Amino acid sequence: MSILPLVALVGNPNAGKSALFNALTGARQKVGNYPGVTVERHSGRLALDDGRPIELVDLPGAYSLDPSSPDERVTRDVMLGRQEGERLPDAIVVVVDASNLDNHLRFTLQLIALGLPVVVALNMIDLAARDGLTLDAAVLERELGVPVVPTVAVRKKGLEELKARLSGIIGSGALRVRANHGHVDEDIVTLQRRARALSVKATVAETSGRKWTHLMDAIALHPVSGPILLLGLLFLMFQAVFAWSQAPIGWIESLFAALENGVTAALPAGFVRSFLTEGLIAGVGAVIVFLPQILILFTFILVLEATGYMVRAAFMMDRLMAGVGLSGRAFIPLLSSFACAVPGIMATRTIDDEKDRLTTILIAPLMTCSARLPVYTLVIGALIPNTQVLPFVGLQGLVMFALYVLGIVSAYIAALILRRTVTAGPSSGFMMEMPKYQWPRLNDVALGLWSRALIFLKRAGTTIAVTVALLWVLASYPVAPAGVKQSEYSVAGRIASGIEVIVAPIGFNHDIALSLLPAMAAREAAVGAMATVYAIDNPEDEAGAGKLAENLRGRWSLPTALAFLMWFVFAPQCISTIAVTRRETNGWKWPAFMVGYLFALAYIAAGATYWAAVGLGL
Amino acid sequence: MNATATFATPVSLEKLPRHAHATVAQIDWTRLSVPEARRLRELGFDEGVDIEMLHRSPFGKGPIACRIGRMTVALRRAVAASVRVLPA
Ligand SMILES: Nc1nc2c(ncn2[C@@H]2O[C@H](COP(=O)(O)OP(=O)(O)O)[C@@H](O)[C@H]2O)c(=O)[nH]1
Ligand SMILES: [Mg+2]
Repeated sequence: MSILPLVALVGNPNAGKSALFNALTGARQKVGNYPGVTVERHSGRLALDDGRPIELVDLPGAYSLDPSSPDERVTRDVMLGRQEGERLPDAIVVVVDASNLDNHLRFTLQLIALGLPVVVALNMIDLAARDGLTLDAAVLERELGVPVVPTVAVRKKGLEELKARLSGIIGSGALRVRANHGHVDEDIVTLQRRARALSVKATVAETSGRKWTHLMDAIALHPVSGPILLLGLLFLMFQAVFAWSQAPIGWIESLFAALENGVTAALPAGFVRSFLTEGLIAGVGAVIVFLPQILILFTFILVLEATGYMVRAAFMMDRLMAGVGLSGRAFIPLLSSFACAVPGIMATRTIDDEKDRLTTILIAPLMTCSARLPVYTLVIGALIPNTQVLPFVGLQGLVMFALYVLGIVSAYIAALILRRTVTAGPSSGFMMEMPKYQWPRLNDVALGLWSRALIFLKRAGTTIAVTVALLWVLASYPVAPAGVKQSEYSVAGRIASGIEVIVAPIGFNHDIALSLLPAMAAREAAVGAMATVYAIDNPEDEAGAGKLAENLRGRWSLPTALAFLMWFVFAPQCISTIAVTRRETNGWKWPAFMVGYLFALAYIAAGATYWAAVGLGL
Repeated sequence: MNATATFATPVSLEKLPRHAHATVAQIDWTRLSVPEARRLRELGFDEGVDIEMLHRSPFGKGPIACRIGRMTVALRRAVAASVRVLPA
């Protein structure tokens, strides 16, 4: 296979590079990684208007060729032909936001000066029009000396012309001339002045713009209504996760019950039937019921991101975060960590200060991720009385809320301590562009949700299914003689007895010891494991969440339950989190530190809770 | 806008009241760290550009948001203090 001409998309953050990339390449794209750095490489293929295939890469956004984060460094190095794992592009498409020419043209001028063949995509002309701006692409083309094509990436407008102009500059015989060997003489200020002058020339008419964004910000950033809106949104988000999910959870439960009945009816009693019903269906089903809650949580986060509100939230939170030596930027990854710490930790890449980023990674697992929900819901439902504390406030809900708050407060304190010890360094500050508000695009949100759902289901179908199945086998053999509990006599039971020695001082019983190992694979597997074990101990019972809760009531004391909940607030028990931390910090040092400090916290907190509860006579 | 504006003395951007327009008079780059100074330049801060104060964070010393060119930019007060502006 011959090497295709390489075209790179470059530009400021939020210019619409990824939108243009998606519009041009459709489904023919690949996500990889640049060697040695944690920056993703998005590439895809497309055919130009004359049918010639090319390879397109979507580079990370940057403000200049002077990098201030690992992402921006990749962009610069690709432009200079120095990036490992990437050849020098044959041409570049500079994507600019038409409604923010002043700023975007500066980087454009810098890029044009590099000497690679360039086409400028004058993107977001729809937003410029919304803002009351009329631009003349021809003037811009003349002034810049390179083709300029107006585009609306999200509506696939201008793509054909873009491809036509691209084929005009690729391989047209003119070899790449790099007049100045990648060196740009002019400093930012000079370039900025030229950019502003150009922008004035290209602007045909201008009315006072950004009315919408200003109007929305007047509410979202207002000293009184701003915090109220933020709290209200967060409240709505958590309310939705619990209230709106009830119906779909019911459907999934009945689906699994039907599946189990079907298998029971179809197969003769014996190993295979028990394995399927008690092992796989009980275990995996206990986890999949949480899909609705996870999807609701992600819907909120994706919509808040897509509208541009997330940056406003970061603005509001900056003061609070500055108190512990972090910045408002950390708020976005931390909020995502309520869904799952893995995307949360990956989202820390936008934090340019290394120490700041590291601290955020280290505290991200303290945010109550959705995988902990199954555990909390089960234990609270089983052992916390459903009494009314205040009008509209039940004790169960209050305990759940307290666990979330405890996670947040601990993260706050942990950051405070970390920033003064292991990740000490000067405060990194907070300086960012606030993007225009946008109506969220249904397609993008749906696509984002779909990929999360797939990841979750894949996990349930692989990691969790395998763990639960393995556990079932280990817990079923050797078969216990009459009068001895199967869950204690089996291989798994004996391993658990070993763990129990370590965790008995903090109030954990044999069941819990048994669930801790599978919980390392995935937190929610703790629930699947218990479902499996109880199903084995009581083979005549029908399975189901209700049965599991009833079993817990019989076997756990309240102090044990509270200690178990505490353990889950802190313990970093999921392998995916540890793996992503290793990848993002380039080594084992920080994940090892994270696991160490979180396990220590978990052990101490669970122990203290247990003994306090026993002391109080609960 | 009024006659006195021509004679106004520069004030710190941090002190500019909400909704006030101003022109950047001078930026004290020496008070900023190298990455801070670079980011500020990249966001379009430069002598002579128009600026409008949009918002101040509700929590005491929190960040401010201002319009510069066609962009809204958030920055901390400590950084804003090194930008001196001439109120319009
Ligand atoms: N209205 C409009 N929105 C756009 C256009 N291009 C991109 N967007 C939106 O602008 C935001 C930023 O785009 P994205 O592709 O992520 O920018 P990137 O940072 O350059 O990759 C997203 O919400 C896009 O949906 C456009 O031409 N018109
Ligand atoms: Mg992008």
